[in-house]
Amino acid sequence: MEWEPREYEIEREMIRRFVRAVGDPNPLWQDGIIAPPTFILAIGFEQFVEGLMSLAPFNTVLMGNTELECHQPIRRGDVITAVFKISSLREREGQMGRMAFMTFDGSYKNQKQELVAKCRQMIIGY
Amino acid sequence: MTEQLYYEDVIVGDEITPLVKQPTTRQLVMWAGAVGDYFPIHYDKDFAQSRGLPGVIVHGQLIGAFLGQLVTDWIGERGSLRKLSCNYKGMNYPGEALTFKGKVTKKYVEDEHHYVECRLRAENSKGEKTASGVAIVILPSRG
Repeated sequence: MEWEPREYEIEREMIRRFVRAVGDPNPLWQDGIIAPPTFILAIGFEQFVEGLMSLAPFNTVLMGNTELECHQPIRRGDVITAVFKISSLREREGQMGRMAFMTFDGSYKNQKQELVAKCRQMIIGY
Repeated sequence: MTEQLYYEDVIVGDEITPLVKQPTTRQLVMWAGAVGDYFPIHYDKDFAQSRGLPGVIVHGQLIGAFLGQLVTDWIGERGSLRKLSCNYKGMNYPGEALTFKGKVTKKYVEDEHHYVECRLRAENSKGEKTASGVAIVILPSRG
């Protein structure tokens, strides 16, 4: 399964809100012009989770792991296109009943069609 | 801001200055809003308990972001974080002090870039490892 690509225009306040949420005082990102590398986690996640829950309405979902690959920094004014797809799915019976181990690949390009980041995450649903 | 770190300054086995965080439920709500992760196990205690958890838990990705902060603090303005992986091994609860640590495991030059690899970990106040990870960074060289 693959999600429809979606565009996200990066505004200054999105970066600042993210930085405040992490509680990161690094002066590099306080003015919201350059985003910290982990800001990628904020792009498209809401739509991604909605898609996941409509696919399989799990009781609980937990994050298993995150692998982030950063190619270039994201800046205010960038228009990032995010695409998510399921790259692997396995199920097994666990102590919480049937558990699904789902690996998703997120790929992020900027307005110049340059790859800015990739993010692979494994999510456990039960 | 701390002094810029250079590739030549780093020795395999070096420890990164640890970062201590004590996320509150307020911070979890801020994170939920900043990334759009509204799953209620992170802010609704009754919901979390109905899912078999002792209470609300810290978002795994926030732990990942703390590890990111640990690394970007260390590498300085001219360093760049290329890869960050994080395996979530245990639950973290708001109000608990968490310590983020890193250790240099490798350094190498490839395609004229100066790479440093570090092993990362998050520990709770009991000293239990609740997450582990790896970071690969590029540092400036004194040439």
